[in-house]
Amino acid sequence: MIKTVAEVALPVDEVLRIKKRRILPDGSESVPKRISIVTGIHGDELEGQYVCFELARQIEENKKCLKGIVDIYPAMNPLGIDSVTRGIPAFDLDMNRIFPGNTEGNMTELLAANILKDVSGSAVVLDIHASNIYLTEIPQIRINRLHKEELVPLAKHCNVDFVWIHEASTVLESTFAYSLNHAGTPCLVVEMGVGMRITKEYGDQLVDGILGLMHYMGMWTGETKTPRKPIVSENAEDVCFLNAASGGLFIPDVKHWEKLCKGDRIGRIIDPLSGQVLQNVESPVDGILFTIREYPIVDEGSLIGRLLKKEVMAV
Amino acid sequence: MKKKIIYEIKGLYRDSFRITGFEFGKGKKSLCIVGSMRGNEVQQLYCCSQLVKKFRQLEEERRIRPDVKILIIPCCNPYSINTQKRFWTIDNTDINRMFPGYDLGETTQRIADGIFSQIKDYEYGIQFTSFYMPGEFIPHVRLMDEGYSDVITAMKFGMPYVVKRTVRPYDTATLNYNWQVWNTKAYSLYTSTTSRIDKKSAGQAVLSILRFCKSVGFVKYQENGDHPSIVISDKELISVRTAKSGIFEPLVKVGDSVDEGTPLAEIINPYDGSVMETLYAPRRGTLFFMHSDPITYAETAVIKMV
Repeated sequence: MIKTVAEVALPVDEVLRIKKRRILPDGSESVPKRISIVTGIHGDELEGQYVCFELARQIEENKKCLKGIVDIYPAMNPLGIDSVTRGIPAFDLDMNRIFPGNTEGNMTELLAANILKDVSGSAVVLDIHASNIYLTEIPQIRINRLHKEELVPLAKHCNVDFVWIHEASTVLESTFAYSLNHAGTPCLVVEMGVGMRITKEYGDQLVDGILGLMHYMGMWTGETKTPRKPIVSENAEDVCFLNAASGGLFIPDVKHWEKLCKGDRIGRIIDPLSGQVLQNVESPVDGILFTIREYPIVDEGSLIGRLLKKEVMAV
Repeated sequence: MKKKIIYEIKGLYRDSFRITGFEFGKGKKSLCIVGSMRGNEVQQLYCCSQLVKKFRQLEEERRIRPDVKILIIPCCNPYSINTQKRFWTIDNTDINRMFPGYDLGETTQRIADGIFSQIKDYEYGIQFTSFYMPGEFIPHVRLMDEGYSDVITAMKFGMPYVVKRTVRPYDTATLNYNWQVWNTKAYSLYTSTTSRIDKKSAGQAVLSILRFCKSVGFVKYQENGDHPSIVISDKELISVRTAKSGIFEPLVKVGDSVDEGTPLAEIINPYDGSVMETLYAPRRGTLFFMHSDPITYAETAVIKMV
């Protein structure tokens, strides 16, 4: 069943519709729990598209095992997805900074309010992101410290490699996930892969995780895989940020999710015009690289990668 | 006048990214004026260029008080202005969402830190800023309703309006908010336009800053007459919203006084020219903001009245 959650007429002969697909369990008499899979808030992040498709396919194949409602929202920002634009085109707005929205506000705020109203009340929500076009991320769940007690136990069933509990920030109070968690609907933010691309193995990994989470919550009785035991980081000092010391072209030497020793070369920043190596980017600690630069051009300060320190991996 | 580089980073194939400031006087850090931070803020840049010209003259004529220092930074983002891109050229981030900045962080965090480390100790801070929607305003001063700035000081500009606005979560990363955290009295100046130069409202902004400087004793400046400001809260602005999307045709101008029921704008069907919607003044008042794009979306506050 496909339903329009929010809509608004555009200036010339087009209606903007935000749609969801609802998959209902067969013959349920009681009111079942609901899981919502949301993606596409940023129009340049596509990893969640495959997850929506593959999850629905596997559920439909074993429909008798479904004991809950599955709502799939593949495109929260259809105009952004269509125009390869991260924000909402024409408004130059990051859609993930306008929640909880406002039914009395402008078009974007109205859409946000209607979306939030529709998703609210789910037993759990997964908001799937794909980093951006500059960085590749290992499948991970990010949790605001304010909501960790409720969310970490759920995240551990999602088959991700890493759970990152980050500090609360006033700026993040206007995100979709914060608005839901603040209002009592648990929402897990998934980050994986890279913008404008689909990494099928990450998608498959997350689909296994979503089915595992549904099983844990009593919404799925089908076979599930034992989830990976994620590394959980909750101290700011667990993560080491690597920023470019110089503008140039970043050429990596290592792969994503590679274990590194202090001093190992992660890559070089080079100048193709002069032929000079501007910086040898070296690992400042022993650890594992969970974020790596994908887009080669860097400015001074551009993020090259993030390392999780060895001590955290061992816990 | 002393020209100084506030912040600089090397580009790969472009000239270095430089933020340039113009310093007047050698005394205590008294007033800092910041212009465009986004690539489309041409009017904000123009206003500052006119201020640099004026303060240079005042300095030559020894009309700046000897114990004050005034810093003007006309442009915090030459890279984006030169490529006509609103936000940072590579990653599309907004410098005005990165304050107070971080010297070891990402590029725009470093730029924000580079700027803020130079301007955080001034007694007063003025930023020429712009609205996220394309449109024209009645020139006014804005200040946040919780913070270090105050209405009495805001009225010293003698702008037609002083607007107190509610702090929102994203404000905590703006220059204005962080200035106040560091005990600078911060005010945002809105002139009528952003991506196009309006000389009249730019002149009004220059005059308002001279008036302010005279009032706090920073400069000697002769001006006659009273310039009272009307103080309002952003919650008092009356929004006139569209119900339809289409071609936007305004029937009145910003600053016009209108009676209740006056037709303000029409939304035209882009295919057959028929009027899909007429927007009327919900009450008697003055047009404070008017959308300026020829196309509009439904559910949009295209007009604000006071």
